[in-house]
Amino acid sequence: MTSTDQTRFPAGGVSAPPAGLRPTARPSARRAQTRRKWYEIVGLTTPALVVYVTFVLVPMGFAFYYSLFRWRGVGPPTEYVGFKNYTLAFQDPIFLDALRNNAIVVFGSLLIQGPIALGVALLLNRRFRGRSTFRLLAFVPYVLAEVTVGIMWKLILTGDGTVDVLLRAVGLGGLVQAWLADLDVVIWTLLFVLTWKYVGFAIILLLAGLSNVPDELTEAAAIDGASWWQIQRHITLPLLGPTIRIWMFLSMIGSLQVFDVVWVTSVPAVRSLGASATMATYMVDNGFFARLWGYGNAVAVILFVISFVAALLFQRFLLRRDIEGAITRRAN
Amino acid sequence: MTSALVAAGCSGGGDDEADTGSELYKNPVTLTWWHNASQDGPGKTYWEKVAKDFSAAHPTVKIEIEAIETNQLQRTRLPAALLSNDPPDIFQAWGGGEMREQVEADYLKDVTDQVKSEVADIGSAAEIWQVDGKQYGLPFRMGIEGVWYNKDMFAKAGISAPPTTFDELNTAVTKLKAINVIPIALGAGDKWPAAHWWYNFALRACSVDTLKKAATDRTFDDPCFVKAGQDLKAFIDTKPFQNNFIATPGQNDPTSANGLLANGRAAMELMGDWNRGTLDTVATDKAKLATFLGWFPVPAISGSAGDPKAALGGGDGFACSKKAPAECVEFLKYLVSPEVQKGYAATGTGLPVAKGAADGVTDPALKSILTATSEATYVQLWLDTAYGSTVGNAMNDAIVAIFAGNGSPEKVVAAMKAAASK
Repeated sequence: MTSTDQTRFPAGGVSAPPAGLRPTARPSARRAQTRRKWYEIVGLTTPALVVYVTFVLVPMGFAFYYSLFRWRGVGPPTEYVGFKNYTLAFQDPIFLDALRNNAIVVFGSLLIQGPIALGVALLLNRRFRGRSTFRLLAFVPYVLAEVTVGIMWKLILTGDGTVDVLLRAVGLGGLVQAWLADLDVVIWTLLFVLTWKYVGFAIILLLAGLSNVPDELTEAAAIDGASWWQIQRHITLPLLGPTIRIWMFLSMIGSLQVFDVVWVTSVPAVRSLGASATMATYMVDNGFFARLWGYGNAVAVILFVISFVAALLFQRFLLRRDIEGAITRRAN
Repeated sequence: MTSALVAAGCSGGGDDEADTGSELYKNPVTLTWWHNASQDGPGKTYWEKVAKDFSAAHPTVKIEIEAIETNQLQRTRLPAALLSNDPPDIFQAWGGGEMREQVEADYLKDVTDQVKSEVADIGSAAEIWQVDGKQYGLPFRMGIEGVWYNKDMFAKAGISAPPTTFDELNTAVTKLKAINVIPIALGAGDKWPAAHWWYNFALRACSVDTLKKAATDRTFDDPCFVKAGQDLKAFIDTKPFQNNFIATPGQNDPTSANGLLANGRAAMELMGDWNRGTLDTVATDKAKLATFLGWFPVPAISGSAGDPKAALGGGDGFACSKKAPAECVEFLKYLVSPEVQKGYAATGTGLPVAKGAADGVTDPALKSILTATSEATYVQLWLDTAYGSTVGNAMNDAIVAIFAGNGSPEKVVAAMKAAASK
């Protein structure tokens, strides 16, 4: 892949200006304007496009190519096996466990983080003393690095960690668990840590959305005698719809690809037993640690396809109204 | 290039070096060296000193060290660097199945002719770094695995001598439970420390011939591999390990299995010779550790096919990449020279391989390993290394499942066979 190929690709549009544009000004001026517009488009997008193609599309192509080989990552791939790696993945109970865990994280995040974030955001949107402090506190976990959060919770949760000590102190010693090692408990522990980490992001996003709700509407409703709750229910929430849907979209994609926190927090043995594996950790465990590079690439492709399809479906059915203007309407 | 010409011009008079030797040390070279002594400690400091000494003796050679954590080094950094054709010059090499793959991909320098005297000095341990009779690396550390134990606890529990059979070990476990200590610490969280128990049962259940054959044909049809899992299951059922061993890391961490032993909470731990160094890094009281620490070989199982005097072991070695300059081989030779080996032995981080370096071993526990290593009739390389990481990983996962209570002896063998075909 040479860079000239990539730069020529968008430039190809120059010779084929969009049809259907009826010239309204003098033809030559119109053409000059069209050409200048295309130069601008090409000039402004080429750098981004080159980066995108080199670091996103090309590696994706390679991942798919490698996934068709039985390849240990030593020397070039030579043993073509077709789609065998894909069928192997869906026959591995640990991969199916990983899929199930990803589903738990996706739905768990949406169903737990959403209501919490909405409630907190509505509260924080009211004026009261110390509001910015609360906003800051809600956002702190999101700012921390994933690895930091993972190590922190690992220390809090493992053997005689803070949680166990607190539980015993309040007489709930019976609840003490191997939070990160019990095969039935660990995924729920991880879901809790992920919720703690990412709920701040949802809150900030919703607060931003709330600031776009015009005060006149709520004031008018208040004058008409609507209660706080009625205002939220009938004015604020509907206007917050686009923000909520965007957050759902980001949360879903993030949950499908979750890796860092799980990798750092969970124990290798528990992961390899399927209890805390996600598609991404399964990919690294098999690709690097078992040195099944072709197989690891197949898992990467599966993860990509699932995320891509989920994203497309979400856009098609839930985001359609929100992005209509951005995609279909011409700028002028 | 210029310096090469200058050097060639100056080498006219009275240089009695051989032809190949005359190229050595003439041009400035930088050797990149990747090793796995990543934790601050005697091991890391010692390698820094070794590199400095070598550069002082050979000013044209600059050595750039990267100390990388084992898993990262072995699983991601090194394969990627080799594949991208930009490998370090000299790097950690474990021998066994993985090295065979590296040789087949033409990544490693054949050093057979240059290291003949070193190989003779090291003896049979050097064979692990051979592929088809050719030498591709040299070990600097080699030792067998055994049980590290707390002598004080044994005395308190009324155990008069270290167990020599598994029946005696079971008795010892019962006695240790009676004085309320953890009989055996296990870091199953990292998988391999748990898997090593299975390896040892396999070593006791399988004949040496079976083990040798399995390392090359990878069929694992002999019923002894299932027997190993059955014996392991029976042993786990006696509950010799601490609670929650499935979440316990193996080493280098105060909460890990060797932390339990080092800080007087557990009585035993199965581990290789390097454990002396890692115990030191996690012990809160190193002086006290030195007073109670002992070592004994893995007990025998009466009436089984395996050789009771066979041991499981392995070492750490280095290899030069195909593209490395000739100075790399000289440095490799220097690393296993008696003077460097003696200094390495004195760090207490592992057992040296070169003859004469044994004097450097002062720790009593390490001394007993040295004796046991020389008395072992056969040393089997760690099975996950011997079978390569694909089989090794699947095998370890399936063994851990037995520990977690949802695996079976048959599933271990099935997983090994499936992985061999993946």
